[in-house]
Amino acid sequence: MSEVSALMGAVAEGRTRVEEGGLVGMITLRGDLDSARVKAAVKDATGLDVPGQRQVVTGDDASVAWMSPDELLIVVAHDQAPGTVAAMAQALADEFATVANVSDARALFRVSGPSAREAVAKLAPVDLHPASFGAGEMRRTRLAQVPAAIWLSGDDELSLICFRSVAKYVFGILELSAADGAEVGIF
Amino acid sequence: MLILECPCCGVMADETELAPGGEAHLKRYGPGSSDEEFEGYLFHRMNPKGVHFERWRHANGCGKWFLAARDTNTLEVFATYSAQTPEPPQHVLDAIRAKRPDWSLDQ
Repeated sequence: MSEVSALMGAVAEGRTRVEEGGLVGMITLRGDLDSARVKAAVKDATGLDVPGQRQVVTGDDASVAWMSPDELLIVVAHDQAPGTVAAMAQALADEFATVANVSDARALFRVSGPSAREAVAKLAPVDLHPASFGAGEMRRTRLAQVPAAIWLSGDDELSLICFRSVAKYVFGILELSAADGAEVGIF
Repeated sequence: MLILECPCCGVMADETELAPGGEAHLKRYGPGSSDEEFEGYLFHRMNPKGVHFERWRHANGCGKWFLAARDTNTLEVFATYSAQTPEPPQHVLDAIRAKRPDWSLDQ
Protein backbone atom coordinates (compact mmCIF):
# COMPACT_ATOMS: atom_id res chain seq x y z
CA MET A 1 0.00 0.00 0.00
CA SER A 2 1.29 3.41 -0.94
CA GLU A 3 2.07 5.77 1.93
CA VAL A 4 1.18 8.89 -0.03
CA SER A 5 -1.70 9.72 -2.34
CA ALA A 6 -1.16 10.63 -5.99
CA LEU A 7 -0.79 14.40 -5.48
CA MET A 8 -0.32 14.35 -1.68
CA GLY A 9 -3.53 16.32 -1.06
CA ALA A 10 -2.92 19.14 -3.53
CA VAL A 11 -5.47 21.97 -3.30
CA ALA A 12 -6.46 24.73 -5.72
CA GLU A 13 -8.23 27.46 -3.73
CA GLY A 14 -10.83 29.75 -5.20
CA ARG A 15 -14.58 30.27 -5.32
CA THR A 16 -14.64 26.68 -6.58
CA ARG A 17 -12.22 24.60 -4.58
CA VAL A 18 -10.43 21.60 -6.12
CA GLU A 19 -8.81 19.17 -3.74
CA GLU A 20 -7.06 15.87 -4.16
CA GLY A 21 -8.79 13.58 -1.69
CA GLY A 22 -5.76 11.98 -0.07
CA LEU A 23 -5.46 8.31 0.81
CA VAL A 24 -8.72 6.41 0.34
CA GLY A 25 -9.31 2.68 0.37
CA MET A 26 -10.96 1.46 -2.84
CA ILE A 27 -11.98 -2.12 -3.53
CA THR A 28 -13.25 -3.53 -6.80
CA LEU A 29 -15.66 -6.46 -6.59
CA ARG A 30 -16.53 -8.26 -9.81
CA GLY A 31 -19.08 -11.02 -9.88
CA ASP A 32 -22.78 -11.73 -10.18
CA LEU A 33 -24.42 -8.84 -8.31
CA ASP A 34 -27.69 -10.79 -8.02
CA SER A 35 -25.98 -13.60 -6.14
CA ALA A 36 -27.11 -13.94 -2.52
CA ARG A 37 -23.54 -14.60 -1.37
CA VAL A 38 -22.19 -11.49 -3.07
CA LYS A 39 -24.95 -9.43 -1.45
CA ALA A 40 -24.19 -10.99 1.94
CA ALA A 41 -20.45 -10.37 1.57
CA VAL A 42 -21.04 -6.69 0.77
CA LYS A 43 -23.48 -6.38 3.67
CA ASP A 44 -21.06 -8.00 6.12
CA ALA A 45 -18.12 -5.86 4.97
CA THR A 46 -19.83 -2.48 4.77
CA GLY A 47 -23.29 -2.76 6.36
CA LEU A 48 -24.74 -1.60 3.02
CA ASP A 49 -26.93 -3.22 0.39
CA VAL A 50 -25.78 -3.75 -3.18
CA PRO A 51 -26.88 -0.58 -5.02
CA GLY A 52 -29.09 -0.63 -8.10
CA GLN A 53 -28.03 0.42 -11.58
CA ARG A 54 -25.76 3.51 -11.46
CA GLN A 55 -26.53 4.09 -7.78
CA VAL A 56 -24.11 4.83 -4.98
CA VAL A 57 -25.06 4.15 -1.36
CA THR A 58 -23.16 5.70 1.54
CA GLY A 59 -23.02 4.55 5.15
CA ASP A 60 -21.15 5.80 8.20
CA ASP A 61 -17.73 4.60 7.15
CA ALA A 62 -18.14 3.04 3.70
CA SER A 63 -19.71 3.64 0.30
CA VAL A 64 -20.72 1.12 -2.34
CA ALA A 65 -21.09 2.19 -5.97
CA TRP A 66 -22.52 0.34 -8.98
CA MET A 67 -19.88 0.56 -11.72
CA SER A 68 -21.16 -1.88 -14.36
CA PRO A 69 -23.59 -4.83 -14.44
CA ASP A 70 -20.96 -7.05 -12.80
CA GLU A 71 -18.79 -4.59 -10.90
CA LEU A 72 -18.99 -2.68 -7.61
CA LEU A 73 -16.60 -0.14 -6.12
CA ILE A 74 -16.37 -0.17 -2.35
CA VAL A 75 -14.85 2.90 -0.73
CA VAL A 76 -13.53 2.53 2.83
CA ALA A 77 -10.83 4.12 4.98
CA HIS A 78 -7.38 3.53 3.51
CA ASP A 79 -6.11 1.42 6.41
CA GLN A 80 -9.30 -0.68 6.40
CA ALA A 81 -8.93 -1.78 2.78
CA PRO A 82 -6.57 -4.79 3.19
CA GLY A 83 -8.69 -6.27 5.97
CA THR A 84 -11.94 -5.73 4.08
CA VAL A 85 -10.48 -7.32 0.94
CA ALA A 86 -9.29 -10.35 2.92
CA ALA A 87 -12.67 -10.80 4.63
CA MET A 88 -14.62 -10.47 1.38
CA ALA A 89 -12.26 -12.73 -0.57
CA GLN A 90 -12.72 -15.40 2.09
CA ALA A 91 -16.51 -15.01 2.08
CA LEU A 92 -16.52 -15.34 -1.72
CA ALA A 93 -13.87 -18.08 -1.99
CA ASP A 94 -16.25 -20.53 -3.69
CA GLU A 95 -18.10 -17.88 -5.68
CA PHE A 96 -17.20 -16.86 -9.25
CA ALA A 97 -16.11 -13.42 -8.08
CA THR A 98 -12.96 -11.33 -7.70
CA VAL A 99 -12.10 -8.87 -4.94
CA ALA A 100 -9.14 -6.55 -5.52
CA ASN A 101 -7.64 -3.68 -3.57
CA VAL A 102 -7.30 -0.86 -6.12
CA SER A 103 -6.62 1.96 -3.60
CA ASP A 104 -3.20 2.71 -5.05
CA ALA A 105 -4.39 2.53 -8.66
CA ARG A 106 -6.81 5.43 -8.32
CA ALA A 107 -6.94 9.04 -7.27
CA LEU A 108 -9.89 10.83 -5.67
CA PHE A 109 -10.75 14.49 -6.19
CA ARG A 110 -13.35 16.76 -4.59
CA VAL A 111 -14.68 19.84 -6.34
CA SER A 112 -16.75 22.09 -4.09
CA GLY A 113 -18.42 25.47 -4.31
CA PRO A 114 -21.52 26.99 -5.90
CA SER A 115 -20.12 26.42 -9.43
CA ALA A 116 -18.73 22.94 -8.80
CA ARG A 117 -21.22 21.27 -11.15
CA GLU A 118 -20.31 23.69 -13.90
CA ALA A 119 -16.58 23.19 -13.47
CA VAL A 120 -17.01 19.45 -14.00
CA ALA A 121 -19.70 19.79 -16.69
CA LYS A 122 -17.25 21.69 -18.88
CA LEU A 123 -15.06 18.60 -19.01
CA ALA A 124 -17.54 15.72 -19.37
CA PRO A 125 -20.21 14.86 -21.98
CA VAL A 126 -22.80 14.55 -19.21
CA ASP A 127 -25.83 16.64 -18.28
CA LEU A 128 -24.93 17.66 -14.73
CA HIS A 129 -27.88 20.04 -14.31
CA PRO A 130 -29.51 19.53 -10.88
CA ALA A 131 -32.69 18.33 -12.63
CA SER A 132 -30.81 15.53 -14.40
CA PHE A 133 -28.03 14.53 -12.02
CA GLY A 134 -28.82 14.16 -8.35
CA ALA A 135 -27.44 12.68 -5.18
CA GLY A 136 -27.01 8.92 -5.14
CA GLU A 137 -26.06 8.57 -8.81
CA MET A 138 -22.68 7.27 -9.93
CA ARG A 139 -21.80 8.38 -13.45
CA ARG A 140 -18.82 6.85 -15.19
CA THR A 141 -17.74 9.03 -18.06
CA ARG A 142 -14.89 10.85 -19.71
CA LEU A 143 -13.16 13.88 -18.20
CA ALA A 144 -11.51 15.62 -21.15
CA GLN A 145 -9.31 12.78 -22.42
CA VAL A 146 -9.41 10.27 -19.56
CA PRO A 147 -12.05 8.00 -17.96
CA ALA A 148 -13.49 9.09 -14.62
CA ALA A 149 -16.41 8.42 -12.28
CA ILE A 150 -18.43 11.27 -10.78
CA TRP A 151 -20.91 11.42 -7.95
CA LEU A 152 -22.47 14.08 -5.79
CA SER A 153 -20.95 13.89 -2.30
CA GLY A 154 -22.54 17.02 -0.83
CA ASP A 155 -24.90 19.87 -1.64
CA ASP A 156 -22.26 21.77 -3.58
CA GLU A 157 -19.61 19.10 -3.79
CA LEU A 158 -18.77 16.54 -6.44
CA SER A 159 -16.32 13.71 -5.98
CA LEU A 160 -14.36 12.18 -8.83
CA ILE A 161 -12.26 9.09 -9.21
CA CYS A 162 -9.69 8.64 -11.96
CA PHE A 163 -6.63 6.49 -12.54
CA ARG A 164 -3.64 7.49 -10.44
CA SER A 165 -1.42 7.70 -13.53
CA VAL A 166 -3.50 10.62 -14.86
CA ALA A 167 -4.07 12.37 -11.50
CA LYS A 168 -1.88 15.35 -12.36
CA TYR A 169 -3.64 15.82 -15.69
CA VAL A 170 -7.07 15.68 -14.01
CA PHE A 171 -6.01 18.14 -11.31
CA GLY A 172 -4.74 20.48 -14.03
CA ILE A 173 -7.95 20.48 -16.07
CA LEU A 174 -10.12 20.78 -12.95
CA GLU A 175 -8.05 23.70 -11.69
CA LEU A 176 -8.36 25.46 -15.05
CA SER A 177 -12.08 24.73 -15.35
CA ALA A 178 -12.75 25.91 -11.78
CA ALA A 179 -10.60 29.05 -11.92
CA ASP A 180 -12.14 32.25 -10.57
CA GLY A 181 -13.77 34.13 -13.43
CA ALA A 182 -14.33 30.96 -15.47
CA GLU A 183 -17.90 30.48 -14.21
CA VAL A 184 -20.50 30.29 -16.97
CA GLY A 185 -23.57 30.65 -14.77
CA ILE A 186 -25.76 28.36 -16.84
CA PHE A 187 -26.92 26.00 -14.05
CA MET B 1 -23.18 14.02 -32.82
CA LEU B 2 -24.20 10.44 -32.28
CA ILE B 3 -25.88 9.57 -28.97
CA LEU B 4 -26.58 5.92 -28.15
CA GLU B 5 -28.35 4.51 -25.09
CA CYS B 6 -26.11 1.89 -23.49
CA PRO B 7 -28.40 -1.09 -22.71
CA CYS B 8 -25.99 -2.27 -19.98
CA CYS B 9 -26.00 0.86 -17.78
CA GLY B 10 -28.90 2.88 -19.22
CA VAL B 11 -26.82 5.99 -19.93
CA MET B 12 -27.49 8.12 -23.00
CA ALA B 13 -23.88 8.01 -24.05
CA ASP B 14 -22.28 10.61 -26.24
CA GLU B 15 -20.20 9.29 -29.13
CA THR B 16 -17.02 10.41 -27.38
CA GLU B 17 -17.76 8.00 -24.50
CA LEU B 18 -17.96 5.10 -26.94
CA ALA B 19 -15.51 3.03 -28.94
CA PRO B 20 -16.69 1.65 -32.31
CA GLY B 21 -16.34 -2.07 -32.95
CA GLY B 22 -17.33 -2.43 -36.60
CA GLU B 23 -20.14 -4.45 -38.13
CA ALA B 24 -22.28 -6.70 -35.93
CA HIS B 25 -23.63 -10.21 -36.56
CA LEU B 26 -20.71 -11.22 -38.79
CA LYS B 27 -19.74 -14.85 -39.13
CA ARG B 28 -15.99 -14.78 -38.79
CA TYR B 29 -14.57 -17.42 -41.11
CA GLY B 30 -11.09 -18.48 -40.06
CA PRO B 31 -8.84 -21.57 -40.21
CA GLY B 32 -10.67 -24.51 -41.79
CA SER B 33 -13.04 -22.39 -43.88
CA SER B 34 -13.00 -22.37 -47.67
CA ASP B 35 -11.17 -19.65 -49.59
CA GLU B 36 -14.49 -18.28 -50.86
CA GLU B 37 -15.91 -17.99 -47.34
CA PHE B 38 -12.80 -16.27 -46.02
CA GLU B 39 -12.63 -13.91 -48.99
CA GLY B 40 -16.31 -13.09 -48.53
CA TYR B 41 -15.81 -12.37 -44.83
CA LEU B 42 -12.78 -10.17 -45.46
CA PHE B 43 -13.69 -8.26 -48.59
CA HIS B 44 -17.29 -8.67 -49.72
CA ARG B 45 -19.36 -6.78 -47.18
CA MET B 46 -22.76 -5.41 -48.13
CA ASN B 47 -21.99 -1.96 -46.66
CA PRO B 48 -25.40 -0.53 -47.61
CA LYS B 49 -26.08 3.19 -47.53
CA GLY B 50 -28.70 3.14 -44.80
CA VAL B 51 -29.46 0.59 -42.09
CA HIS B 52 -26.41 -0.85 -40.34
CA PHE B 53 -25.96 -3.14 -37.36
CA GLU B 54 -22.89 -2.13 -35.40
CA ARG B 55 -20.88 -3.14 -32.35
CA TRP B 56 -20.06 -0.42 -29.84
CA ARG B 57 -18.27 -0.46 -26.50
CA HIS B 58 -19.12 1.94 -23.69
CA ALA B 59 -15.38 2.47 -23.19
CA ASN B 60 -15.52 5.59 -21.00
CA GLY B 61 -18.42 4.22 -19.01
CA CYS B 62 -19.49 0.77 -17.88
CA GLY B 63 -17.01 -0.85 -20.26
CA LYS B 64 -19.55 -3.23 -21.82
CA TRP B 65 -20.13 -4.10 -25.47
CA PHE B 66 -23.55 -3.60 -27.00
CA LEU B 67 -25.09 -3.53 -30.47
CA ALA B 68 -26.84 -0.70 -32.26
CA ALA B 69 -29.10 -0.53 -35.31
CA ARG B 70 -28.82 2.84 -37.01
CA ASP B 71 -28.93 4.55 -40.37
CA THR B 72 -25.48 5.61 -41.58
CA ASN B 73 -27.10 8.00 -44.03
CA THR B 74 -29.37 9.97 -41.68
CA LEU B 75 -27.62 9.08 -38.37
CA GLU B 76 -31.04 7.97 -37.08
CA VAL B 77 -30.78 5.39 -34.28
CA PHE B 78 -33.43 2.65 -34.35
CA ALA B 79 -32.43 0.67 -31.27
CA THR B 80 -29.56 -0.50 -29.10
CA TYR B 81 -29.55 -4.03 -27.71
CA SER B 82 -27.53 -6.71 -25.96
CA ALA B 83 -24.31 -7.91 -27.56
CA GLN B 84 -25.22 -11.46 -26.51
CA THR B 85 -27.55 -11.69 -29.51
CA PRO B 86 -26.58 -13.78 -32.57
CA GLU B 87 -29.02 -11.98 -34.89
CA PRO B 88 -31.12 -8.79 -34.66
CA PRO B 89 -34.04 -9.41 -32.26
CA GLN B 90 -37.62 -8.95 -33.45
CA HIS B 91 -38.24 -5.66 -31.60
CA VAL B 92 -35.23 -4.14 -33.37
CA LEU B 93 -36.43 -5.36 -36.78
CA ASP B 94 -39.89 -3.97 -35.99
CA ALA B 95 -38.39 -0.59 -35.02
CA ILE B 96 -36.50 -0.43 -38.32
CA ARG B 97 -39.50 -1.51 -40.42
CA ALA B 98 -41.71 1.06 -38.71
CA LYS B 99 -39.54 3.76 -40.27
CA ARG B 100 -38.21 1.93 -43.34
CA PRO B 101 -41.15 -0.17 -44.65
CA ASP B 102 -39.18 -1.28 -47.73
CA TRP B 103 -36.12 -2.42 -45.81
CA SER B 104 -35.25 -6.12 -45.57
CA LEU B 105 -32.54 -7.86 -43.56
CA ASP B 106 -30.80 -9.45 -46.58
CA GLN B 107 -30.79 -6.41 -48.82
